[in-house]
Amino acid sequence: SPLSFSKASDCTTDETLTPQDKITSHNNFYEFGTAKSDPKENAQSFNVNPWTLSVEGLVEKPLTLDYDDLSKLFTLEERIYRLRCVEAWSMVIPWIGFSLAALIKRAKPLSSAKYVAFETLYDPKQMPGQKSRFVGGGIDYPYVESLRIDEALHPLSMMAVGLYGETLPPQNGAPIRLVVPWKYGFKSIKSIVKIKLTDKQPPTTWNRLASNEYGFYANVNPDVSHPRWSQASERRITSGGLFNQNRIPTLPFNGYEEVSDLYKNMDLRRYF
Amino acid sequence: MKFRLIQQHIFYLKIIIHLSALVPLVWFFYLGFNDQLGADPVKEILHFTGISAFNLLLLSLLVSPVAKHFKQSILIKVRRLLGLYAFVYALAHFLSYILFELQLAWQLLISEIIKRPYITVGFSAFLILTLLACTSTMWAQRKLGRKWQTLHNFVYLAGVLIALHYIWSVKSDILQPAVYWGLLLFLLFFRKEKFRQLVKKYKKRLA
Repeated sequence: SPLSFSKASDCTTDETLTPQDKITSHNNFYEFGTAKSDPKENAQSFNVNPWTLSVEGLVEKPLTLDYDDLSKLFTLEERIYRLRCVEAWSMVIPWIGFSLAALIKRAKPLSSAKYVAFETLYDPKQMPGQKSRFVGGGIDYPYVESLRIDEALHPLSMMAVGLYGETLPPQNGAPIRLVVPWKYGFKSIKSIVKIKLTDKQPPTTWNRLASNEYGFYANVNPDVSHPRWSQASERRITSGGLFNQNRIPTLPFNGYEEVSDLYKNMDLRRYF
Repeated sequence: MKFRLIQQHIFYLKIIIHLSALVPLVWFFYLGFNDQLGADPVKEILHFTGISAFNLLLLSLLVSPVAKHFKQSILIKVRRLLGLYAFVYALAHFLSYILFELQLAWQLLISEIIKRPYITVGFSAFLILTLLACTSTMWAQRKLGRKWQTLHNFVYLAGVLIALHYIWSVKSDILQPAVYWGLLLFLLFFRKEKFRQLVKKYKKRLA
């Protein structure tokens, strides 16, 4: 359904947007199957209302948001972000949502909080990939992700509840998902039910599965190859067929250089 | 009455093979050029041509065990055609990778072939299939004499390399590649006597 929102003036772009039907039919959401077209096929009856999202852990005021809170508690804005998948393809997506920082600050984080852990819904009845290892690609569910607290509080980090002016379709992570545009797509966890502030680095799904291939940070970095493919360039998915594909160079932090201060004095080859 | 395949059956069988190999290939590229292959037509084309090449290679390896078991030796006549189509699909796979995935970034092609094990083994398998396709004529068979069989035994190595290429290319969902490994090993199992002979011969040469 349509959402009301403002346009964030500093988050627009002159790049061609990826068409809506491509954004909603090309998804990595293993809870609904491992093929890119599976989520759209298998997620249509996914029920997102009622929903609860809790913010807990090292906070003064733990919160629980219900379905209506997700789109009403904060002012929504449209932000156009590049999304760079670790598989070396990318899209340009007009998200609608709010700053993750606003949500975290509302819960009043304690100074001892160093990390933010996120968790996707665990509901094998609705998510065939969680019911069967053969459908879900052998991942241990629920899917979990995490950011350092300063990454989470960075103004670019957002919670998205919609795209292209409408509420998120289930395959894109309805009703609420994370979007961290300078990191590979798998960090931007979908269909979140729990956000927990912690003092120790929480486990993250892909890192747990193959730590030599997927690091905790997963910052987009053309200089650090995935062991099995180069990350120096990417294919931008827009419209057009085979001959209209566009291979472009990948930029450090996916072009969002303003986050580089978060990683001063860090060896990004080691902490990939 | 016992059923026997005759030349005419082989003729029809070959027509079926031609059609079922060519029609999907042309159709998929047609869809790809017209943006009818989902969000990422490049990945679709790569998967389709790659999997089909593997299917055809496995089918070609199925021919002689089936011919032997059902005592229909004439069936061997379709084996070369299946092998050639496996090569055609592998060629389409490789060309699609260069043209649509890498978009003629030659430097990247060379570094990927050298640096990425799954690309290295895939490329090696492609070289083997190319060599086998080039020497598939009766003329080459006569010219090469006994060496021809030795050369064409490399099809088994190509099968193993393709199975490796496949399983190394996926992120975590190894079910389908694992099934393909099963099929390949099943087909190789029928050749265990042949492999034993080859090993024996090889050991003798070393001694």
